[in-house]
Amino acid sequence: MKKKWWIPYAFLALPLTMYLIWVIIPIFQTVIISFTDWDSVSPSYNFIGLENYKMLFYDYYFLTSLLNNIKWMVGFVIVAIPIGLGIAMLMDQKFKGNKFFKTMMYLPMTLSFVVIGEIWTWILEPNHGVINEFLRGIGLGNLAKPWLSDPNLVTYALIFAALWRQISYAMVLFLAGLQSVPTEQVEAAYVDGANSWQRFWYVILPALRPAMVIAITVNIIDSLRAFDIVFVITRGGPFYSSSVMANYMYIESFNNYNMGYGASIAVIQFFITLGFIIWYLINSFKKEDNL
Amino acid sequence: MTKTAIYKKYLFYILSTIIVIIWLIPFVIAVLTSFKTMDEISFGANWFRLPKKWSLEGYITAWKNAHIYTYYLNTFLIAAVSTLGALFLSSLGAYALSWYDFKLRKPILITFVAGMLIPFQMLLIPVYKFSVNTGLYDTYPGLILFHIAFQLGFCTFFLRNFMVTIPKSIFEAAKIDGANDFKIYYSIMLPLIKPAIAALGILEFTWIWNDYLWALILIQSDTKKPITLGLTTLQGQWVTSWNVIAAASILAAIVPIIVFLMFQKYFIQGLTMGSVKG
Repeated sequence: MKKKWWIPYAFLALPLTMYLIWVIIPIFQTVIISFTDWDSVSPSYNFIGLENYKMLFYDYYFLTSLLNNIKWMVGFVIVAIPIGLGIAMLMDQKFKGNKFFKTMMYLPMTLSFVVIGEIWTWILEPNHGVINEFLRGIGLGNLAKPWLSDPNLVTYALIFAALWRQISYAMVLFLAGLQSVPTEQVEAAYVDGANSWQRFWYVILPALRPAMVIAITVNIIDSLRAFDIVFVITRGGPFYSSSVMANYMYIESFNNYNMGYGASIAVIQFFITLGFIIWYLINSFKKEDNL
Repeated sequence: MTKTAIYKKYLFYILSTIIVIIWLIPFVIAVLTSFKTMDEISFGANWFRLPKKWSLEGYITAWKNAHIYTYYLNTFLIAAVSTLGALFLSSLGAYALSWYDFKLRKPILITFVAGMLIPFQMLLIPVYKFSVNTGLYDTYPGLILFHIAFQLGFCTFFLRNFMVTIPKSIFEAAKIDGANDFKIYYSIMLPLIKPAIAALGILEFTWIWNDYLWALILIQSDTKKPITLGLTTLQGQWVTSWNVIAAASILAAIVPIIVFLMFQKYFIQGLTMGSVKG
């Protein structure tokens, strides 16, 4: 039987063309734009080499955004992972009705960050917001704070709001991972007299390694691309104190018309993400030879 | 049941109930607020109290005065067409990449996988510029075509991973029986991957429904905005009418929630099969 070499290419023609136009080529264009002083309005622009990148290192607002992204990353990894794992362990117990509990826990996963942002805007609102009203109600009124207008608190408040959804996501991933924990081994450890902590540490946790890699990657990548929720709740304010890189990139490119500068922020963000992407790819394709 | 097992059972219910209650507080507040009148809200806000009178004022204002109706139709159109397009095109690509052996297979697969993990900021400026230059800016096709293209990386990766698990012998047998390649794709492969298509479809629909950024970049006219973008427009206008904002938020969220509750199995499946996304 004669093989027609062009058949796979015929199947790929349309998807690949679209992907090239809207995804792959733009990546290279952004890199090129990042070496220019393009303002998006003028028809011409100059190549200015690494000037934009040099400026970034003296740009207080960019450095604030970068630092905030790191706070997001730390928050997502050290809060969402353990809590997500804990809740997953609890919900994984075989009790009647655990499906209902799981479903309720999944719900934030289905919401857009815009809706989450709207809801949390009033929860965090200083005068009548739920958190402050609650603190006053239980006699801790002095802990009530202007969460969204205090530059020292606002980023943490936003991370807190985002964690609502992120913990649900981590829980989903761990629940899936727990399916692959060999029950015989857990039972064998039980028979051998291992206590619950030992069973968790020596049997369950090693079996969860793949889920852990995925959960950490998801949380890191999500923390690096945080945008919607910041944009909706604070737009990065007050005075850029809650800005993250994605937010600053958008504002520079589309509000301040510094497309060249915006592009350089995107490229920096890309390189930071790239490290984690490579780490993930190595981990996920390790066992797959046919790639 | 032993005594410890009974204790454990109670512990499970108590802990789970507490966690779920904490988890649902933001929801419950949004629902309760959406049914209150502004008088009741501004007159000393007890967030957890049931509305004195369940009022539809917030919903009516949101639906009629704030164009939620238009935003809804736009979102339905954009999410449905984009999802179908992304599923169809990626199934073609994944089919080629899963069982043909050809020279560029590996580079093309890597292109799709790498592209899906690129931060979206890398695309913002060129995609915006491309849309303006081609006249696609501020049109439905402009946003829909972009969504389809943008989702292709993930969808192709996802479907291809599913397709490689299907034994090649099925296709070889069909080939010997004289079926052509498109027929094998259409009448053998597609039926076999239905569960994966379903999982992916639910997930994609939810994601595109919830998209905000790309609508912000590619749509300008109020009449073409999807619900997420409409919601933030509304926020500026009705900033003090919390019941209207709450009602609009509930309306924006209700479709993905219903889809999730109906197809939960597929949603979770999709989410865990292709985790690095969303």
